[in-house]
Amino acid sequence: MTASIPDRPRTLAEKLWDDHLVVKGENGEPDLIYIDLHLVHEVTSPQAFDGLRAEGRPVRRLDLTIATEDHNTPTLDIDKPIADLTSRTQIETLRRNAEEFGVRLHSLGDKEQGIVHVVGPQLGLTMPGITVVCGDSHTSTHGAFGSMAFGIGTSEVEHVLATQTLPLKPFKTMAITVEGELKPGVTAKDIILAIIAKIGANGGQGYVLEFRGSAIRSLSMEGRMTMCNMSIEAGARAGMVAPDETTFAYVKGRPHAPTGQDWDDAVAYWRTLPSDEGAVYDAEVFLDANELEPFVTWGTNPGQGVSLSDTVPDPASFADPNERAAAERALEYMDLAAGTPLKDVTVDAVFMGSCTNSRIEDLRAFASIIEGRRKAENVRVMVVPGSARVRLEAEAEGLDKVFTDFGAEWRFAGCSMCLGMNPDQLAPGERCASTSNRNFEGRQGKGGRTHLVSPLVAAATAVLGRLASPSDLPVTERVEA
Amino acid sequence: MDAFTTHTGIAAPLTRSAVDTDQIIPAVYLKRVTKTGFDDALFANWRQDPEFVLNQPAYAGASILVAGPDFGTGSSREHAVWALRDYGFRVVLSPKFADIFRGNAGKQGLVTGVVSESDIEALWAAIEADPGIEMTVDLTDRTVRVGDLSLTFDIDDYTRWRLLEGLDDIGLTLRNEEKIAQFEARREAWRPRTQPVR
Repeated sequence: MTASIPDRPRTLAEKLWDDHLVVKGENGEPDLIYIDLHLVHEVTSPQAFDGLRAEGRPVRRLDLTIATEDHNTPTLDIDKPIADLTSRTQIETLRRNAEEFGVRLHSLGDKEQGIVHVVGPQLGLTMPGITVVCGDSHTSTHGAFGSMAFGIGTSEVEHVLATQTLPLKPFKTMAITVEGELKPGVTAKDIILAIIAKIGANGGQGYVLEFRGSAIRSLSMEGRMTMCNMSIEAGARAGMVAPDETTFAYVKGRPHAPTGQDWDDAVAYWRTLPSDEGAVYDAEVFLDANELEPFVTWGTNPGQGVSLSDTVPDPASFADPNERAAAERALEYMDLAAGTPLKDVTVDAVFMGSCTNSRIEDLRAFASIIEGRRKAENVRVMVVPGSARVRLEAEAEGLDKVFTDFGAEWRFAGCSMCLGMNPDQLAPGERCASTSNRNFEGRQGKGGRTHLVSPLVAAATAVLGRLASPSDLPVTERVEA
Repeated sequence: MDAFTTHTGIAAPLTRSAVDTDQIIPAVYLKRVTKTGFDDALFANWRQDPEFVLNQPAYAGASILVAGPDFGTGSSREHAVWALRDYGFRVVLSPKFADIFRGNAGKQGLVTGVVSESDIEALWAAIEADPGIEMTVDLTDRTVRVGDLSLTFDIDDYTRWRLLEGLDDIGLTLRNEEKIAQFEARREAWRPRTQPVR
């Protein structure tokens, strides 16, 4: 759409940037970038609406804005008033703001309610070639469609509400090429955990990551969303995958997907988006998919991960003094001794959910392992679908019965124990195998200890009561339900 | 936003790397709907430890935080910046900041100065040799001074200019209202619409 497209091979990220450029910044000023889709939730928006009100500004594009309730919402008794007063106030504030300004809102109890990053793709609002922002760092999820999607702070939420643009400095680009074929039991979650362990929890800082290569091409949209979701855990602003037939097939027919001539125009444009032959990235990383195994974190940042068959590393093995000190602190917080096989670590809880892994495919994967089995006595298992629609879909397939027969709690949709803003929290000292995205100190509840894993590892762990992969499960253990 | 030129105050050493936003302000404190009053939430879990740096009497009233690398990683919560500001911090110095945190800070008048790792260690040594010592951060010439030590810090030109002038981003953007409208007139029909609901 811009008048002057550079006459050189460009990356996917550069094409998206050029096509959303409203004003080119001069003399060190940032560029002004147009935002196609603004997702809103209750936690990072109240102060932004307040700002609009104080200045007498309207929401510029209500037709590019949509809100949902997710971070605070309870996952039980959703038909009753929210017990926590401050949570209730925040939800009620969003409802008042949405009504006053005219923003479309999907409230608790609505069939389109759910985690904002599950709702956007499910409605067909997320599509290739667009810019997406939300006051949430995991907005990077939407990059799986070949869009430019990133998290913003509350001042920027207000900025987008008022102007539908953001002043931004161009990001650097990093190509992450994953070639080969995954072994059975190895998933997108393991790839991204391995990448973060390789480049570090700050390795992507200042970059947009583009995931490419045969292993990425063969991933489903759900798998690509899992990978892009965790780009921020490497410190990157955004992650993306070039759109292809898998992407088009996923978008087509969804409630907000283009139709007729618009669809044809869109697909014609989307096909021009993949990075050009010879496009230059600021950095490149390679990973061999053939060698990957199920992955797990042992520490308190997402870069502190190893293969599940490994042992807890010795802090002394880190050359960098900052990394060594961080590892020492992490082992103390996690109550782990160096040299312990990860598979010997027992857990108190398994959390299956979050914007990283709560889509229908994730629930199916979890169910495929636990079906016909019983959970370990020592473990509490929570299954939280990403959206009300995912919950309905799972129930239509009978997955809810698989979960409850196993001994798991089948909950309503929301962010839940990923960050414990609602009552779903770990008690101090409790250890959890979690399909979520962050293992920071206290993330899932004060004093709680988090091991990030895939849905398959979470399922096997729930069966054995200790960190495990599906291949550790004896076939004979499966009983008739 | 108030303009920032120079600030002198007590500097507190936070000798940790990768201080993430869940440590700066745990999620349970994000439920408030106001933009102020987050001072009690800052480092809420760590502050329960009497030995934590901000609990030491020498650092009472500290307004400059000198931290290890990768400060502010994790969530996009601007509440992390509000909590630092409400507690009284005007400046954070670190060898490296997480992108979203740094952006949020710049919009709230909190200066994020990038100082090399060896300089951060020199600053820690100077502070710990004389706990409660005052430090001066001058944005006009990008310098940090404490005792006999004088160092420079990095901050990008545009953020520095906005902080020095105390300018508001939305006001700056709306000067380009006409260009935004022209851009909107060119947008293709296939792009997503949230309303009307189909």
